[in-house]
This record gives sequence, structure tokens and C-alpha cells, in this order.
Amino acid sequence: MAYEEWNGELAREVRAAFSGAALEFTECLGQHRIAAPAELVPALIAHLKSECGFDFLVDVTAVDYPERAARFELVYVLYSFARNERVRVSAQVSEQALSLTNIFAGADWLEREVFDMFGVRFTGHPDLKRILLPEDWVGHPLRKEYPIAQPDEAWVAANLEML
Amino acid sequence: MTGTESPLDSSELILNMGPQHPSTHGVLRIILKLDGERVKSAECVIGYLHRGVEKIGENRTYGQFAPYVDRMDYVAAVSNGLGYCLAVEKLIGVEAPARAQVVRVILAELNRIASHLLWLGTHALDLGAQTALFYTFREREEVLKIFENYCGARLTTHAFRIGGLYYELYEGFDEQVSAFCESFLPHLDEYDDLLTGNPIWRGRLRDVGILTAADCKELGVTGPLLRASGVAWDLRKAQPYSGYEQYEFQVPTGARGDSWDRYQVRIAELRESIAIIRQAVRAIPAGPAMAKVPKVLKPAAGEVYVSTEAPKGELGYFLVSDGTVQPYRVRVRPPSFLNLQALPRMVKGASVADVIAVIGTLDIVLGEVDR
Repeated sequence: MAYEEWNGELAREVRAAFSGAALEFTECLGQHRIAAPAELVPALIAHLKSECGFDFLVDVTAVDYPERAARFELVYVLYSFARNERVRVSAQVSEQALSLTNIFAGADWLEREVFDMFGVRFTGHPDLKRILLPEDWVGHPLRKEYPIAQPDEAWVAANLEML
Repeated sequence: MTGTESPLDSSELILNMGPQHPSTHGVLRIILKLDGERVKSAECVIGYLHRGVEKIGENRTYGQFAPYVDRMDYVAAVSNGLGYCLAVEKLIGVEAPARAQVVRVILAELNRIASHLLWLGTHALDLGAQTALFYTFREREEVLKIFENYCGARLTTHAFRIGGLYYELYEGFDEQVSAFCESFLPHLDEYDDLLTGNPIWRGRLRDVGILTAADCKELGVTGPLLRASGVAWDLRKAQPYSGYEQYEFQVPTGARGDSWDRYQVRIAELRESIAIIRQAVRAIPAGPAMAKVPKVLKPAAGEVYVSTEAPKGELGYFLVSDGTVQPYRVRVRPPSFLNLQALPRMVKGASVADVIAVIGTLDIVLGEVDR
């Protein structure tokens, strides 16, 4: 199973609208993905929303590849009610990305979670702060170098000294 | 007194609701800015129950992680497990045998009933209608007994395995499930008698916490909330899995998107779940309960996003494999998290008492919000 070239209807539509842009259309297990340069993501997703009917932002998340130059791969899952179809948009970023909150209000908490867990800062986000962890937490747990065993002793000692 | 900005201005009050408050259904904290009794703005503070489920997933094998997902939406563990199994099965190219699929549907729908019953009982309790809780928990107990007979656990069931079922059905499963369906429908009418015609119940829910279809799509809201706003969208119909396309059932919708519609939609879904279970239990195919699955799972490098219609909405799993025995990344798309995001919009301009009604009607589980 590998990532294959995808040349479906949606891929052709998007390719025509963004001719000249470095977009990569792949298919994996029958699911579709458009890899885009990070700076193009808001325009691409706005286009998918307004022109292609992808009016539902299902999820925003990230995957950490520490060996890559831009180590975080942002993954956006979009759904179209009209086409009953899903597509993923991905982009490689370092620690900066552009916020989608002005396109989908629902990106708010999802981007905050990516910031909390990976430390990716979203420019244009109205209130970018941690969401699941306390504000004074150190580190971003879903980075690969973050250990799974006892990483929180300092925070626990400072905040949960009940004895 | 408009336009006065004196430090003694007392028109705005900040009220902390939670995190320890029975009506917040777990450890949810809401910072309310109030003008008298009216909510000017609300901010949710979450994470009190964060256990790092996604991080744990990266440090377990595919099979080892399966029981952890039960602990997210712990009142709908079967549904969580089903979604996870389907995601891994898609990744390794395995499909559960027909027998397993039918049993999965029966248990998942029973779990939807249990989840909706817990919602109804506690929601009514929050709004001062204590009696309903005792009725709904009576019926929920029957569902939990079936789970217990099937796999020994009542809540965190770990009922399924990647590739099918671990447990064969016990003697008398069909009869017990059929008997439950038989007895449940008259009980639904009792809830109607208790609540639907009750003017206080009506008054507390009508026009409270309105969420339009456009709001839902904008905010990522799914499940009964989306359907109550008039969008007949259910993943069991839109993108059927586990053989849901074989069953006849309706997708109930509302029109106004208020708390009343959400109540009605969930009650109607209880009836539909019973309809599905009745069809499924009549025709449980014989045959193996497990597909051929290698002892050590090493999916080829790749990624997959699989989602199911959990009781709370679209529950998605995004798995990335790097070809080793552990997932490179496990992402859970939790319906409760995204549904809760709509709360500030729903309570703006409402009274404090309405906030309680709206939290109830969202049907969130903090174990899933925080993961």
C-alpha cells in the first residue's frame, strides 16, 4: 500500500483552479489527499469551501516528523455534504502556520489543540492558547522527543502538593 | 447607564460554573460573563480529564491500544471500539466476517440506547425533573446486563477485536436482546408521559440554545445536534459501514435546532435503534466471528481516516502507519469536543438557567472532550 497519484474529478477541478501551484494529489487506501505549500493552505481550503462544496471542516491535526526540515505535517480533513466526499489537505510547516479561523469558525479549538500538543503557532488565530493542558505547562506532548514516562513531575510538584 | 466605564461599575459579573458542578456532566468549567441574569459571553475551560490518549496510542501496538479508546466516551465504549477496529481494519485491508458485523451493529445500537438514556435521565435531572432518571436507568441497566453477559464488563467493554469479535455469543443472547426491544418501546411511551407533555419541560427547552444548520457546519457540530437543526445527515446512511445499508431505519430531524428538537431527535433515535436491532437480531449469520488477522500487526506505511456515527456524532480515527507494530500517529476526532465548541454561541443572551439546559442538550462526555 502506497501513496498513489490521484487524478479524480476533484483533483482535476482543483488542479485547473490552481494551475502552476506546487500541489500534489495522492491516494492512499481509496482516500484522497492534496499536499500543498503551507502559505497556500487558506486559499486552497477557501476555494474547496466556496467552489467545490467542501463546507465542513471535520478535523485539524498534525503529525511530527522530526527528521524533516519542516517537521510538522498539518492535516485538514474536509467533507462535502453535497458530494458526500472527504478530502484531506496537508502541509509541511515548522512552527508557524496560517489560521483558518476566518474560513471555518470551528478551526478555533482544533488549532488550539495543535498548538498545545505540537507547538505550532497559527497566525491570525483570535485567541491562541493551550486548551487541554494548563497554561504554565512546559513542552508539547505529541512531539516525538517528548517522553511518555513521568514528564510532569515538576508541574505536579508545583501545583498538586496536597500533602 | 450606558457609556459609563467607572471602576465601580457593577453591571458585569463573572461567574465560574464548574469544574466541580453536577450539571456540567464532568469536569467542565465555564466562565460566564453576566449582565444580571443574562449571559454576555461564555468561555469553556477544558482539559481537566486529559490523559494523553493520543500519545499513549503512539506507544502501544495496534491491539494494545484498543482498550484505551473505551475510556474516552466511557458511556459509549462499544461505539468507540467499533470505530477504532474499523480504522485499523481499513489500514491492514481486513474486513470483519458477516457474523461479526451483525453482532457489532446490535451491540453498537444497544450502546447508543444506553448513551441516550443516560443523557435523558441526567438532562431531566438537571432541569428538576428527577423521576425520569429512575426510569431511564432501569432500562439502561438491562442493556448493561447484556454487555456483562457478553463480555463481562458493563462500561469499558472492549467488546470487539481487530478483525471481528473476541467473544462468541452466549446462550440466550437473541432472546435477551429481543425481550429488551419488546419491553423498551412501552417504556419510551412512559418517558413521553413524564416529559413531553409537561409544560415545565417544554418551557425549559423550547427556543433555548438555538443552533442553525449553518452554525453547525461552521463549527464542526455533528450527531443529534446537527440533525436537530434540520440536516438529515447520519454516517450510517451517508457512508455506511458494518453493513448498516442492510437495515431500514429513518434519520430523524428537527426544524428549529433548539433544545426541544434535540430532545425529540434523540427520543426518535431510540426508536430507530430498536428497529435496527430487531432486524439484525432476526438474522445473525452463522460462520466465523474473526477474520484472518496476523498475530503481529504491521500495517504497511500509509494513513487512513475512518469515522463512524457514534451516539454523540462523528467519531473519527486518523491513523498513520510507518510500517512498524505501533502506530506512528493516532488522532481521535472527538464529537463531544467539537460539539462543545458551539456552547458559547448557543448561550449568548440566554439566562444562567438556560446554560444548564444547553449543557445537558449538548450531551457531552468530558472523557472524550479531554481524552
